[in-house]
Amino acid sequence: MVQLNTKIGSLELKNPVMTASGTFGYGTEYADFMDISRLGAIIVKGTTLNPRQGNPYPRMAETPSGMLNAVGLQNKGVDYFVDHIYPEVRKIQTAIIVNVSGSCIDDYVQTASIINTLDDIPAIELNISCPNVKQGGMAFGVKPESAAQVVSAVRKAYDKTLIVKLSPNVTDITEIARAVEGAGADSVSLINTMLGMAIDAEKRRPILSTITGGMSGPAVKPVALRMVWQTAKAVKIPVIGLGGICSATDAVEFLLAGASAVQIGTANFIDPSISEKVVDGIEEYLERHGFSSVQEIIGALEV
Amino acid sequence: MLVADNRMVGPCATLLTLQYPGELPDMAAGQFAELQVPSAKVILRRPISIHAIDRAKSLVEFLIQIVGEGTQSLAQLKAGDKVNVLLPLGNGFSYRTTHSAHPLLIGGGVGVAPLLFLGQEFAEHGIKPTFLFGGRNESLILRKEEFTKYGDLFMTTEDGSAGEKGFVTNHSLLLDSDQFDRIYACGPTPMLKAVARWAKEHETACEVSLEHRMACGIGACLCCVEDTADQGNVCVCKEGPVFETDRLKWFN
Repeated sequence: MVQLNTKIGSLELKNPVMTASGTFGYGTEYADFMDISRLGAIIVKGTTLNPRQGNPYPRMAETPSGMLNAVGLQNKGVDYFVDHIYPEVRKIQTAIIVNVSGSCIDDYVQTASIINTLDDIPAIELNISCPNVKQGGMAFGVKPESAAQVVSAVRKAYDKTLIVKLSPNVTDITEIARAVEGAGADSVSLINTMLGMAIDAEKRRPILSTITGGMSGPAVKPVALRMVWQTAKAVKIPVIGLGGICSATDAVEFLLAGASAVQIGTANFIDPSISEKVVDGIEEYLERHGFSSVQEIIGALEV
Repeated sequence: MLVADNRMVGPCATLLTLQYPGELPDMAAGQFAELQVPSAKVILRRPISIHAIDRAKSLVEFLIQIVGEGTQSLAQLKAGDKVNVLLPLGNGFSYRTTHSAHPLLIGGGVGVAPLLFLGQEFAEHGIKPTFLFGGRNESLILRKEEFTKYGDLFMTTEDGSAGEKGFVTNHSLLLDSDQFDRIYACGPTPMLKAVARWAKEHETACEVSLEHRMACGIGACLCCVEDTADQGNVCVCKEGPVFETDRLKWFN
């Protein structure tokens, strides 16, 4: 038996496999396809202080080995989450992490303080990297000063594990990672989607209603892997790796690059039971290579 | 599921028949499936409506219009190939609860696909549906003989090569607006909007099946939304794909 458990701040996870925000709904959508309690954690859909309708349709374009989305944080707001969704998701036997987004610092702080009162939500993931909203979102995450500002404000209002989700749409992601570490983040997760675009040549129009959108899927994996590797060397807090992970081998690559845990995103759309298969596959990899714990391969890349 | 048969049934449409292992789950006309595409470049599944089923033989048919790389790869599947399929997904037409006695089934292009299953279901309950299909020309109105097994088929074509020349909403069948108690439609959005407008003007109940771009197919990614009067943006995959047209914000 190999040990799969890992730690993110004070948060103990039974294994390093999480599902990425916005790709797994509230978890229950996937219960027909897999045992969702086998996951290390579920990061639920981005939640904001007030309800958001999101962007108009079309919000999605498929690209070679990837996709663009421009959902724009559609959700019913944090109060709805507390009253209607939390009572359901708290029953799931795994860590439920809420992804928190906002248009201004005060939005983030208020939403985080409300989530802080929920006993069965052990962590939040602060989304300072959404490319699909006009205000807030990525605007906070592309400069070290503004990233640190929002993180330190939330830190004062939130006393459980605080993960900060970083944008790849920057010149040097390690600079942002160090800034949020300094501001009190317990962990960073990366990468959010890469800003991209798709055009319908026949119609001479953009495919997405927002013109640009966030790119994800296997096509972004090499970029994500490089950024995780760089960031893991630059900060002391645990790094959570994501970006195009479609198999246990992909997940192991991120762990070797220095990630303490991984998130599965777009692959959930391809195979709704993939995240459970990745848990099994990591265990199989560790056994095959004679490791007794997943901790032995975190950052174990030989260069 | 295993491919039982796959053959071209029009200039750019294939009829894919899959063998379900064991007894078919309960499926309603208007529900759809997410088919994994056998191509390395295409990662997302393709949402395809259920065209017909054979409960005795556990077969499910899909009428697929070839429009891009994904559907092209599906068209190349051969008998005996394996396809990973999620089904049945979404909510079908309301016939099980609304009990229409004089249904009009309107289809445009490959939008006729779910209407064969619907026709089959009506026929099994002793109701003879009327079909009204539109296309650019005669060859693009697919599977005419199959539909006429269940009811009368009327057609419009843009070039006049079959039926009446023009669009479905111009067909003389609609001059007597009282002969149908409910319209079930599937096809291109401009056609659905014209049908919905006709239904509204003639106070006829109308439901349409929408074909939005989807990723997950199970209501998780929120990509395939349609704006509704009662709930704002909802997922076509989970809340639909069939909607009563008076829920949609098409005319305000």
